[in-house]
Amino acid sequence: MLSKIVRTIANQLIVFILVFGLYIVMHGHVTPGGGFQGGAVIASGAVMMIVAFGSREIKKSLRERHLSLVESGGALIFIGMAFAGMGTIFFYNFLVGTPVFGGIPPTGPNPGNIWTGGVIPLMNLGVGLKVTAGLSAVVLAMALFISGEEMEE
Amino acid sequence: MRRIIAWFVLIILVAFLASGALLMHPFGYPPSDMDDYMIANSQAETANNNVVAAVLFDYRGLDTLGEATVLFTAVTGALLLFRAVRRKEDKG
Repeated sequence: MLSKIVRTIANQLIVFILVFGLYIVMHGHVTPGGGFQGGAVIASGAVMMIVAFGSREIKKSLRERHLSLVESGGALIFIGMAFAGMGTIFFYNFLVGTPVFGGIPPTGPNPGNIWTGGVIPLMNLGVGLKVTAGLSAVVLAMALFISGEEMEE
Repeated sequence: MRRIIAWFVLIILVAFLASGALLMHPFGYPPSDMDDYMIANSQAETANNNVVAAVLFDYRGLDTLGEATVLFTAVTGALLLFRAVRRKEDKG
C-alpha cells in the first residue's frame, strides 16, 4: 500500500479512467477505438488501483471468480452476436436497417451518430467486457502471487 | 565444432533474411482493390463510420474471433498457473 497522497489521487482518477474507457468502448464504431483499446484503458485503471492500495485491499472488492464470469459473458455476447446472423451467414451484420443501432450514415465525412453500426457496438461491448475482466484478472492474480497472498476461491 | 555450426546457421539465417528483404515486393504491389472497396462501401454496407471497426468486426470477424480465443486461453492459462504454484508451495 502506498502513501495517503497516492491513494487519494488514485481514488479521484479512477472515475475519469473508467468514464474514458467506457467512452472508447461504446464509441468504437464512430471514433477511433473499440473493445480491445477501451478494455485495456479500464484494465490499466484497475492496475493503478492495485498499485496504490495493494492487492490485499483490492481482493476484498474485486473477486477473481466474478472477473472470470464477466470475461466468459463478454465472450458469449461476442460469439452470440456472430451466431445471431446465422440466418444469412456467420458474422452477418443483421441489425443494419433496424431501429436498434441500425441507422446507416451517409457515405463520406459526416458528424457521426451513435445509433449506427448494426451489431458492431454490441460486439465492442462484449469484447470490452472480456478484455477488461481478463487483463484485470491476470494482473490481480500476479499481484496476489507476488505478495504471497492466498487467492480466494 | 559448435562454433562452426553456429557460424553455418548464422550465415544461412542472414542469407535468408537478406534475400527476403531484397526480393520484397515494391510498396503497393501487386495492386489490390480490397482497400478501395472497403473505404468506398463500408459505410453503406455495415453502417459504420469507423472503417477499422468495420473490418475488425464485420469483414474479418473470424480473425477477431481467433484473437478473442487467444486472449481467453492466455487468461485461463495464467490463472491456472498462478493458482497451481500457490497450492504446491502451501503443501510443501
